[in-house]
Amino acid sequence: MASTPLVDRHEHGYGAPHGHRHPAHQFETMAQQKESSTLGMWLFLVTEIMFFGGLFTAYMVYRHMYPVAFQVASSTLDATLGGTNTAVLICSSLTMALAIRSAQVNQLKRIVPFIVATMVFGMIFLGIKYVEYANKFHENHVPGPSFNLVLEDAQEAQAAAAADPLYQRHAEIFFSLYFIMTGIHATHMIVGLGILAVLIYFARRRKFDAEYYNPLEMTGLYWHFVDIVWIFLFPLLYLLGAHTH
Amino acid sequence: MAEHHQHPITPVRTYVFVWLALLVGTVLTYVFARSDFGWANTPIALVIAVTKALLVLYFFMELRHSTRMTVLTAVAGFFWLILMLSTFMMDYGTRMAVVLPVPGK
Repeated sequence: MASTPLVDRHEHGYGAPHGHRHPAHQFETMAQQKESSTLGMWLFLVTEIMFFGGLFTAYMVYRHMYPVAFQVASSTLDATLGGTNTAVLICSSLTMALAIRSAQVNQLKRIVPFIVATMVFGMIFLGIKYVEYANKFHENHVPGPSFNLVLEDAQEAQAAAAADPLYQRHAEIFFSLYFIMTGIHATHMIVGLGILAVLIYFARRRKFDAEYYNPLEMTGLYWHFVDIVWIFLFPLLYLLGAHTH
Repeated sequence: MAEHHQHPITPVRTYVFVWLALLVGTVLTYVFARSDFGWANTPIALVIAVTKALLVLYFFMELRHSTRMTVLTAVAGFFWLILMLSTFMMDYGTRMAVVLPVPGK
């Protein structure tokens, strides 16, 4: 025991698999470091579940209370744009998974192109989101002093008013939830794009390989989670009134 | 190089199949939403959404290769959400106007 030179243990790590990488000083093996990162990111994602969960709960309660208003309001959203955005994010999740996989199989030259593809899909999503928000602004569906919900179909407006005389005020609640939930989701996307840009910087400096790609994988977990949030946002916000038209 | 990995590497084919399944699920959600199934519209949409989420969690987020501690953490998070949603609906879902009988009549 006493004859084991200190420099030996630093270079190979006691019990660690052979490789060129060392874990950070507080970890004993690369595997332990990876598990620690994964657990930490998942704990953060649990706080995100709580964050978005609160908003989904608010949506659920108000939809339960004002079903007619919510259906009418939802039908003014463009489900085709929303569905396209869903497909865009799903594609971005594929390219993100492939970026991580490239590191795992040491195809290091593919990491950056896949991250770039992920960012392109993310930016397409935000572009479509901007178009949607602009439409809502012009239609006066933004909650606040300028809010004015006027349905094109006079019969539909009559039926709604009969079922819920205050349906326009209750529809304003729907739009509040729409802007807050999709707005905070979009903010998460923007933050994700920033992190992806940083990953490109590190990938180009050859920071990642098959032995170490934790930042890629943790960013992947974050990105997939944001995708999952949208997977639920799309049907709940866009498709409520889809069968009425 | 495989001995350096803590878990098996998912083949590209698997990722592509999951991606296709997610896209199909999106189309199905849209198509079902255009038809009127009455009360069933929402449960149908949610079942498809939950299935898509599970696919992302299991394959893209690699829960299938994760340690039990990690899986437990993820499950705990979603279990909390189920508690939140269900207990709220136990309250709001049971609030009904009740007309009490007048004593003496």
